[in-house]
Amino acid sequence: MLKQFKTKKRMLLTAALMSGLLGAGAAHAEIDSIHFLIPGGAGGGWDGTARGTGEALTNAGLIETASFENMSGGGGGKAIAHLIEISDQAHGTLMVNSTPIVIRSLSKVFPQSFRDLTPIAATIGDFGAFVVKADSKYQNFSDVVADYKMDPRSVIIAGGSARGSMDHLVAAMAFKAAGANPNKVKYLAFDGGGKAMASLLSGEAGLLSTGFSEALALATAGEVRILVMTGDQRSDAAPSVQTLKEQGYDAAFVNWRGFFGAPSLSDADADEYAQTLAQMYDTAEWEKVRARNGWTEIFKPRAEFVTFLEQQEEVIGNLMRELGFL
Amino acid sequence: MFEGVFTGLSTALMPFNLMMVVLGCFAGTFIGMLPGLGPISAVALMIPITYTLDPSSGIILMAGVYYGAVFGGSTSSILINAPGCASTLVTTFDGYPLAQKNQAGKALALAAYSSFCGGTVGAIILIFAAPALASVSLSFQSSDYFALMLLGLTSVAAFSGKGQVIKAMMMTVFGLMIATVGNDVITGAPRYTFGKMDLVDGISFLLLAMATFALAEVMMTIMRGKMFSTSETMQPVALSSMKLSLDEVKEVAPTVARSSVFGFIVGVLPGAGATIASFLAYGLERNLAPERLRKMFGKGALRGLAAPEAANNAASTGSFVPLLTLGIPGSGTTAIMLGALIAYGIQPGPRLYVDHPDVFWSVIISMYFGNLVLLVLNLPLIPYISRLLAIPAQILNPLIIFFSIIGVYLVSFNTFDIQMMVFITLLAVGLKMLDFPMAPMLLGFILGGMLEKNLSRALVVSDGSFDFLWNRPLTFSIMSVTLIILLLPWILNLGKQLGTKLLSAAD
Repeated sequence: MLKQFKTKKRMLLTAALMSGLLGAGAAHAEIDSIHFLIPGGAGGGWDGTARGTGEALTNAGLIETASFENMSGGGGGKAIAHLIEISDQAHGTLMVNSTPIVIRSLSKVFPQSFRDLTPIAATIGDFGAFVVKADSKYQNFSDVVADYKMDPRSVIIAGGSARGSMDHLVAAMAFKAAGANPNKVKYLAFDGGGKAMASLLSGEAGLLSTGFSEALALATAGEVRILVMTGDQRSDAAPSVQTLKEQGYDAAFVNWRGFFGAPSLSDADADEYAQTLAQMYDTAEWEKVRARNGWTEIFKPRAEFVTFLEQQEEVIGNLMRELGFL
Repeated sequence: MFEGVFTGLSTALMPFNLMMVVLGCFAGTFIGMLPGLGPISAVALMIPITYTLDPSSGIILMAGVYYGAVFGGSTSSILINAPGCASTLVTTFDGYPLAQKNQAGKALALAAYSSFCGGTVGAIILIFAAPALASVSLSFQSSDYFALMLLGLTSVAAFSGKGQVIKAMMMTVFGLMIATVGNDVITGAPRYTFGKMDLVDGISFLLLAMATFALAEVMMTIMRGKMFSTSETMQPVALSSMKLSLDEVKEVAPTVARSSVFGFIVGVLPGAGATIASFLAYGLERNLAPERLRKMFGKGALRGLAAPEAANNAASTGSFVPLLTLGIPGSGTTAIMLGALIAYGIQPGPRLYVDHPDVFWSVIISMYFGNLVLLVLNLPLIPYISRLLAIPAQILNPLIIFFSIIGVYLVSFNTFDIQMMVFITLLAVGLKMLDFPMAPMLLGFILGGMLEKNLSRALVVSDGSFDFLWNRPLTFSIMSVTLIILLLPWILNLGKQLGTKLLSAAD
């Protein structure tokens, strides 16, 4: 009886996902509470994602309660190890994570990878963007590439994370797509996007590699221009900003944020979580949270998420090998 | 501009916003007083509340909590040698010795006056020069920060205590070594992590400060056998002892003025911040002090207390310049506030005071009121707060341990940090018994870490050449000052010796 019911539910879920009529007529989810595990401290990107999602889910009545637990350490590795260790008691837990789980597991910051967990869904995403000072001589990415090909040392790129992490890799990826040697990228690492921005404005760096939503916020203030972004197509938030592909470079990158369940979570339960998250997108409560944070929706549930993670791992892995990080 | 200032003034003077200032200052002072719970925790606590307020009121509240916490942080630094937050660590160097000399009331009052002056000077400079100052915060590049940190390190002698320069140097190097633990930002390589995941993110300054000051001090008290004696030695401070004599006021006035302006400028730089400002101001004042007063530093010098207190409050006000005019957060606390502003749909930047003059000016003007509120709020409380010292050690010590550990845990949520604190405390107790000073280690940790990062960045920019030392005028100027400070005493000494030789030869 129960089994029959679950199969039926899964069919319903598939139907709902395929038709795109999310939430409208779908059966009410059985999950009534979610415990969010946040691998970082208060106030960071992971923290905001988990708390925002929890807020939208509870306010929209999709779940009754959401609880949150911060556990920082090891670039997120501590929380991953914890979730695996208490797997059997953690079927009510979802851990938030993002692209760094791929990068850090490749560079062996922690021994686990996304394969040791149960991927639920990627829910929001942010593209990479290259930003220049408003009065910069660069008008598009080709100008930068021309300078770089002439003398790679003349282009200094600032970023808010360490060498070998996201901001650096996105820049290297773009130059590689332009047929230049990504190994020569002169990357200035700062511990925070704000300080990297200060370096760009002070004239120390000529280019800033950062997230698209952060770049948009900075550009509205008028001191900087967004040269190009790394989406597959232009974003609705700023339709005038061209993509790398439009400017003739075959590179795309999205920094996803999403959720993972414990390794021993059953497929049925995992689907259930994915369905609950799917229903969230149509609610006004989610729209409020999304707009407040300027998030871009990307929904990749379950199998689609795994395929996406495998692709990302391959692309980033190849790049990191080429750059000598692996 | 004046139209904007008046809009801001009328917004700031709205009864509700005035209430927010008072509320923010009160909450900030209280949270700041608890050892370890600093502005970051205090401001983060306010986030859910500010969502229900309009932008001006929300940011006024957060700003009040921020500088209130920096203001209140000095209290526990002075009374129990446990820094209330990272930026009031330097306050312990001379504040705690003063309290031990039964001058807690005077020390607290001086800290309050100095903080008030620092904050007020900062707010006034902000009102008149905020947009213009934006360019100052952008004039510093990596090589300039490197030179500035080097200048700061020359003050190491200021932290050496009883003339133990060699031990102070050793501890500075030790602090520098601790700063290298964790994933290196510049190369991306893990250093000294011993394969432990928990060490990848490095060791936080707050953890180190709480372990080496608050916890180590408690341990020393217990070992000295004071644990079960009621504190008969410490009489509740009488109100009269809060008064500063005219001579004392004359002594600290120039220090407060200098440190306020200096602290503000350091605060404006996105790569520095209030903690570094307090270290630099302390070192600067010691170098400037006449021989007679210099010997007092570290033993309860009034100037040594006034300098960091004026500087850290001016610096936290100064950090609003890059935040509001450029949208660049210089510290963890201002990063949280930036997040709050963006959540309101307000993007800080050069257009902020054109697009949202009410927010921009009301926040700045509210700071001026806020500092008044803090002074009025804090001064009458001093006699009561200083009774804290009358609490028997067997109650006070566990409380200090409790709050120190909670304060560190609430920032990282990592239980490993607590084990780390215990380990560092034991190490610190051992070193203290061998008469090694702790302050140079923290100086080495905070300045050394930034010294290394900025040097690496400057070298990346210049392709490995050191020519930035003389090619960039700003770097060159700071380096010259550094050299003068290092060599001047030596040259003066040489001159004196030469003089006495000539004199004796003339005889």
